[in-house]
Amino acid sequence: MAAGELQKSFTGEGLACRRGERRVFRGVAFALGAGEALVLGGPNGSGKTSLLRLMAGLAQPEQGRIAWDGTSIADDPVAHRARLHYIGHQEAVKLALTAEENLGFWAQMRGTAANATAALRRFRLDPRATWPARYLSAGERKRLGLARLLASPAALWLLDEPTTGLDAESIEILLAVIAEHRRDGGCVAVATHAVMPLPAAQAVSLAPHATGRQA
Amino acid sequence: MSAFTALLTRDLRLAFRQGGDVANVVAFFALAVILFPFGVGPDPDLLARISAGVLWVTALLAALLSLERLFEADYHDGSLEALSLMPVPLEIQVLAKCTAHWLTTGLPLTIVAPVLALVLHFDVAGYPALIAALLLGTPVLSLIGAIGAALTLGARRAGVLLSLLVLPLYIPVLIFGVAASEAAALGLESRPHLLLLAALFATSLALAPWAAAAALRQALE
Amino acid sequence: MHRFANPARFMRLSAVLLPWCAAAAAVFVAIGLYGALFVAPPDYQQGEAVKIMYVHVPSAWLASLVYAVMALASAIALIWRHPVAHIAAESAAPIGAGFTFVCLVSGSLWGEPMWGTWWVWDARLTSVLVLFFLYLGFIALANAFDDRTRGSRAAAILAIVGVINLPIIKFSVDWWNTLHQKASVFVMGGPTIATSMLWPLLVMATGFLFFFATLLMLRMRAALLRAKVRALRFGM
Repeated sequence: MAAGELQKSFTGEGLACRRGERRVFRGVAFALGAGEALVLGGPNGSGKTSLLRLMAGLAQPEQGRIAWDGTSIADDPVAHRARLHYIGHQEAVKLALTAEENLGFWAQMRGTAANATAALRRFRLDPRATWPARYLSAGERKRLGLARLLASPAALWLLDEPTTGLDAESIEILLAVIAEHRRDGGCVAVATHAVMPLPAAQAVSLAPHATGRQA
Repeated sequence: MSAFTALLTRDLRLAFRQGGDVANVVAFFALAVILFPFGVGPDPDLLARISAGVLWVTALLAALLSLERLFEADYHDGSLEALSLMPVPLEIQVLAKCTAHWLTTGLPLTIVAPVLALVLHFDVAGYPALIAALLLGTPVLSLIGAIGAALTLGARRAGVLLSLLVLPLYIPVLIFGVAASEAAALGLESRPHLLLLAALFATSLALAPWAAAAALRQALE
Repeated sequence: MHRFANPARFMRLSAVLLPWCAAAAAVFVAIGLYGALFVAPPDYQQGEAVKIMYVHVPSAWLASLVYAVMALASAIALIWRHPVAHIAAESAAPIGAGFTFVCLVSGSLWGEPMWGTWWVWDARLTSVLVLFFLYLGFIALANAFDDRTRGSRAAAILAIVGVINLPIIKFSVDWWNTLHQKASVFVMGGPTIATSMLWPLLVMATGFLFFFATLLMLRMRAALLRAKVRALRFGM
């Protein structure tokens, strides 16, 4: 292993993934260090979401190994979950709770003091803080889902299509938030179709590794 | 606030704000019990004879109907996935949700049962045993039901399937619960049956969260 | 155990074992029936009708045994993520359900000429009835999902939950039966078994066991071939 690779906190090698009876990809590898960003690209069905879920520990890879600081994440799933934020397609927002209560709940589950107010302000949701989430627009709910990223700290951010449903200004905010996170030493992996101008980001395309039939 | 309390409070808050959950369960329970005199006739002796059985079967069915909301909503809005990624063991989270479920289903049923028992001419001497049995038995219904609810997430016709899976597993609770409740009326000891119910409670408390968490994990994979 | 993981190996092994198991099943059942019908004495109370016991009791034993096999296969499938083990459990389930059905029907046929009722709530019949529903639940759950793998895994968890509950259910049904004993004077357990009645029972049970093994291998082979066809068609 080259000296530079020893500094990569989050690595994966020889990864193969199966969803249902179908093999989605094989032979995928990545290496992510502190302050770095990884963009997962590829056509529909190539397995971007599947790879992100493997990274989060939501599913086990059929082959291969994912490690944080050299230790396989399967060895201590609780510790791995403590260090990551995973924002999937759905916002995980409870409509009957207020925006504040939603964020406060997730922070409590992670065992940290809730930083809900600052998170809401950063995503321009502070006027809506005490509104039940059912009165928020779709874009606002999406932002509320993203606000979880700031409500409690985590080193690794895993984002699945984070810009869907966001207006241009909100996308700018998200990019700025990601940049600050990277400056503070965190790392981020994003699965996206959209063009996301993340400076100095590695790109991993899943297209050559996909084994499912092309649609 | 610990994660267990946070999740328990959230579920209770949601149940309270979305309203109707407790009322639905209690209303179904009452209606189903009231159907029996229409079905078998109003003879007080006959009703007294079947009262314990009727109360338990209808309580069981009422609990069954409320099981779907245990994980369903969280599954569909992405909360369950997010919860499974929290640094808290999923088993503890299942326990928190089962507690919230019991507080909004089993406990109201236990409170209403003595009132409905009057309607069925249940022997008043059996009240303490009835309430004790329900207090021990209804949590078991929530715990075992959680396994069924977790297994059927996202299945076709999940509601009917859930009944098919869970009702056979409810039979021991039903048998011991009824035996405890009507022991007094038959001039027998209810203690052995209550002890058996307590054993069922302890066993399901230890094993059900583990099985339900395993089912949730494979539902989220 | 991982030697049997490979479906091709299972196909080769089962191709060899299948004719022997089928032959053993036929032989044992034939001997058992001969023993049951011609050697064992008729019951002085129940007459020849007691001979239904020789189908009824082994079916009950197999019904429980098959469930245990299903649960074991399910545990293997979940721990080692084994597709063949899932197929074993899912292939065994309808066979087990069949045994429970035979047990229930033979019990019913036994009851009618004896006591004029088509059903008796005795401990064994009631437990088998509940077991029947446990089998139905497993089969229904395995087929309830669009994603076949999801169904297999959910059913596997259910089988393990079921096998843990089975003794508890049996115990509670026995308890319930004794509580209400005054209502059911008739016990279908049968008289204490004399040797001349015991050996046909065991022979029949062994025959049924070989029959189960034969059917299981046939069903698993068919399921594996179907999976192979799916893989070829859909390019997996």
